Amino acid sequence: MPEQLIWGMEVFLNGLMAGVLYALVALGFVLIFKASGIFNFSQGVMALFAALTLVGIMEGQVPFSHLINAAFGTEIHHFGWHVPAVAAILLTMVVMVALAWLVNQLIFRHLVNQEPIILFMATIGLAYFLEGFGDIMWGADIKKLDVGLPQGINSTIDEVTYNIFGYGFFIDNLDLWATAVAALLVIALVIFAQYTKQGRAMRAVADDHQAALSVGISLNFIWVMVWSLAGFVALVAGIMWGTKSGVQFSLSLIALKALPVLMLGGFTSIPGAIVGGLIIGVGEKLFEFIIGPMVGGATENWFAYVLALIFLVFRPQGLFGEKIIERV
Amino acid sequence: MLDATEGYITEDGRNIGGVVMEMHNITLRFGGVVAIKDISFDIREGEIRAIIGPNGAGKSSMLNVISGFYNPQEGEVWYKGAKRPPMKPYQVARQGIARTFQNIALFDGMSVLDNIMTGRIRQMQAGLLAQALWKGKAEQEEVENREAVEKIIDFLEIQHIRKTPVGRLPYGLKKRVELARALAAEPSILLLDEPMAGMNVEEKEDMSRFVLDVNDEFGTTIALIEHDMGVVMDLSDRVVVMDYGKKIGDGSPDEVRNNQAVIDAYLGVAHD
Repeated sequence: MPEQLIWGMEVFLNGLMAGVLYALVALGFVLIFKASGIFNFSQGVMALFAALTLVGIMEGQVPFSHLINAAFGTEIHHFGWHVPAVAAILLTMVVMVALAWLVNQLIFRHLVNQEPIILFMATIGLAYFLEGFGDIMWGADIKKLDVGLPQGINSTIDEVTYNIFGYGFFIDNLDLWATAVAALLVIALVIFAQYTKQGRAMRAVADDHQAALSVGISLNFIWVMVWSLAGFVALVAGIMWGTKSGVQFSLSLIALKALPVLMLGGFTSIPGAIVGGLIIGVGEKLFEFIIGPMVGGATENWFAYVLALIFLVFRPQGLFGEKIIERV
Repeated sequence: MLDATEGYITEDGRNIGGVVMEMHNITLRFGGVVAIKDISFDIREGEIRAIIGPNGAGKSSMLNVISGFYNPQEGEVWYKGAKRPPMKPYQVARQGIARTFQNIALFDGMSVLDNIMTGRIRQMQAGLLAQALWKGKAEQEEVENREAVEKIIDFLEIQHIRKTPVGRLPYGLKKRVELARALAAEPSILLLDEPMAGMNVEEKEDMSRFVLDVNDEFGTTIALIEHDMGVVMDLSDRVVVMDYGKKIGDGSPDEVRNNQAVIDAYLGVAHD
């Protein structure tokens, strides 16, 4: 087998893994969009905020320590304890649920029946607020996140592929874990949406508010639940990205990469978010591998957006989205 | 005149019980517009109670007051012998008051079966994890709920469209699915907002039959709104007539038919 092809396969696999991470962020967007019609620009920042909170809790960091120190002239930064990863993840989830409740109570409850563009603007505001709030609360330095997920080359795959092709593939253990976690998450979400009362209620609210009310569904409860779910997905995405590249503020920019993913997959489809993520992941890695050298590289920065643009022209509802039919 | 707790038996042999809901001097305003003006009436258990009136008479507003979508500025709503505080629509629904809408409010993305299952939300108590794993109480509940829903599906003759997404159904069937969803809640009072609106003669006859059968078979108390006099007179035990937000008649179909104020409202006599 020619070397180029083998390398191409390795690139393809790595692209799939990267795609899983894109899909994780996109998933959070789809969840909120489906249930409330809000395009949540702050999903990426929520992932950052979740990761920051997780690190902060694990390291026993004092929240708002800069503010406290500046105000009182003290020098406290740490409580001096370490919280085990599992407990810290649970605590972070509590924080995310509280955040969901606050967001609904302070913002979206008051914007019921407003135009989508207004809701969208509100989420932009929320994104900037959360970014600043995360900064004040936990500090702006790049943090290392280690919840005990294995990292580094997977030796089994390396060996097996070496025996077959005479060339060992480099697949990161963390990527494999991310894939497994994403798969579990999607299965759990689908079971939740299809087979539980709350899931059915969530789909009901997405379809028709009045009808949902008339069968006894509380809109506020469902909205808080959906934002909590989005917070949970953000936490998972935050853990994966944070472990991979450190918890830093550029994490919120991943959210932008989720946009082309959504344009491909459709804003209303959970499988679409996954497939869209995989296509973007594989597409940009293969494109960089094959075409990159001819144009001087760095194609990963723009490939996804160009692909999304092409989709917007020819299939604006995405691969899996509901077809947009305007009746006259 | 009957006592509030006393019941009676109709000519066709159905049992009508005591008063289950009472509206006391309800007044509803939107800004300066008075939609309902000082209206009182009651609904008895097991009866078919109609609210009729010309367009814009305030019938739908009245239904929205009963179902909690509007809270009246004045007056009291009594339900099952207790005064009802101002409530959200979903709270009213959980008390066992189900409704349909004039312009059909269904969950278009879901199948007929799923739509009707949402009506059972009131009957589902199992915990989230139990539901997801389909274990214990959840399994038993799901089976019971499915049985109840299947019975209603049979009853309303919509077996053939059980798995069809609601968005694809024709108007008449959508109305029937909406009725099925409301019935699935096993409501104490079923509110129907113009169940015959926009239907052809055949569909109207079907719907009338279903309304009568539901009342007969399940003993469901039904309050319905119509502006088609003919349909209502055949269906209902008692009729409230509204015009310009006021009650102008209340009684059996025969009494209402011979009421001069009602005749005027329908034939269009100049208001002075």
